[in-house]
Amino acid sequence: MSTNGTKPKFAMYWAAACGGCEIAVLNIHEKILDVDANFEVVFWPVAMDAKYKDVEAMPDESITLTLFNGGIRNSENEEMAHLMRRKSKILVAFGSCACEGCIPGLANLSTVQEIFDTVYATVSTDNPQGLRPQFHFAAPEGELRIPAFYPVLKTLDQVVKVDYYMPGCPPESHQIAAVVDLVIKALHGEAQLPPPGAVIGVGNSTVCDECPRKRNEKTIKQFVRIQDLQAPDPALCLLEQGIPCNGPATRSGCGALCPQAGAQCIGCYGPAEGVLDFGARLMTAFASVIDSQDPDEIERILDGLVDPAGQFYRFSLAGSLLRAAKPAWKGNGTRDNGRTEGTRVPSAPAVPVKGR
Amino acid sequence: MTDQEHFEPVIIGFTCNWCSYRAADLAGTARMKYPPNVRLIRLMCSGRLDPTFVLKALASGADAVLITGCHPGECHYLEQNYKALRRYLLLRRTLAQMGIEPQRVKLVWASAAEGARLAQEITTLVEEIRALGPLHWPTAPEFGGNGHRPQPEIQPELEEVAA
Repeated sequence: MSTNGTKPKFAMYWAAACGGCEIAVLNIHEKILDVDANFEVVFWPVAMDAKYKDVEAMPDESITLTLFNGGIRNSENEEMAHLMRRKSKILVAFGSCACEGCIPGLANLSTVQEIFDTVYATVSTDNPQGLRPQFHFAAPEGELRIPAFYPVLKTLDQVVKVDYYMPGCPPESHQIAAVVDLVIKALHGEAQLPPPGAVIGVGNSTVCDECPRKRNEKTIKQFVRIQDLQAPDPALCLLEQGIPCNGPATRSGCGALCPQAGAQCIGCYGPAEGVLDFGARLMTAFASVIDSQDPDEIERILDGLVDPAGQFYRFSLAGSLLRAAKPAWKGNGTRDNGRTEGTRVPSAPAVPVKGR
Repeated sequence: MTDQEHFEPVIIGFTCNWCSYRAADLAGTARMKYPPNVRLIRLMCSGRLDPTFVLKALASGADAVLITGCHPGECHYLEQNYKALRRYLLLRRTLAQMGIEPQRVKLVWASAAEGARLAQEITTLVEEIRALGPLHWPTAPEFGGNGHRPQPEIQPELEEVAA
């Protein structure tokens, strides 16, 4: 790693995420050498040793490009979001978690109590003493604290202003490589960056548009889970076969990888251009293809969708219009209500700044 | 006095240009009374109703949503009201998982001649929602100045006056 101080600085941080986004960045293969040649990597917890205090010591806006992946699940995530925002010129919500909440955002269907019960008190957990995390602990050396767990997971742009969105779970490596190329060109004055708030590293249509499967007039009489189907037609549209495929609402950019591999689209690239609520668009699409006018029969067909909220908001619950199930918001739902006690966090705007 | 006692439900009603909007119009010209809690929005057809509209209404502070359309078989655009029916049934299942009471989203068929019926349905819905209480979705902007939430009385700040 070069220590040449004149190069633009690069950082990558993970909040509530699985680490897949970091792997996707490394998966750009030799292009990573271009990153090193053009940027000085100053902060990247998964790849190099650096402390939060090192970032705090940097001048504001001294990091040219920060890729921030992961949702905001606890007070540490939120503090780091504010810190990285302050230190960065360009802050990218990188990956589905930062953009829409992704799989961690599905916890917004449950209360904190339910989440902790699942983690610490189910049969598969070996916890004979019934230990639970204590947010404060008075040790002989002094009081210990761990970050406070929020009742509802937030997306990055519900906490700080975001310059660009790069969806995907994880973003496809060829898209990352293209974005890296673009930023390097822009640094050399050879290209222009897209307008702030843009979604980058994506196509401008839906997954269906990139999907090579054959489509006819869609009418379906039942929904089936793909594993329950004996022999799915390898060339026919999956939704036409009754398999709930999220392609119609999902932004293109992945090259329709899942449908080509025989699996339904699950929607990781988030809502297509102009779609305000991913689940609502998908409900519209699914309801339109159901071939029945009889309420009872429609209900029977809908029984085939065993988990509608999970189907429609698998990747986008935290970024959807409702954001969380009613019991998950605690108290009257103001941002400071129901927060697990114990930390001071910089206050965030009550209304999210959504650049789309 | 509690919030509940003062509670006036805010209901967004989506009406079809060819039937229910005219039914509401008829109710008006016939001087039938129904509670003013419902704000009607005219669509060209109930088939235009995107579930996004319902979610946005609820997320922005509405306590309930009323969807109205032509009776089955009488759609001006052949069969779009069936599409609305399917969306409604699917949306209702999703909303149940989000912890929203099913009474808060209601589908009513009303022809252009059924002003009295629509007025009756609106009255019933308002009473149901009043009994259910406010939804108060946490993403809603704070209410102010629309007269439908109790506003705390503003007490003039007392200034100390030097004797």
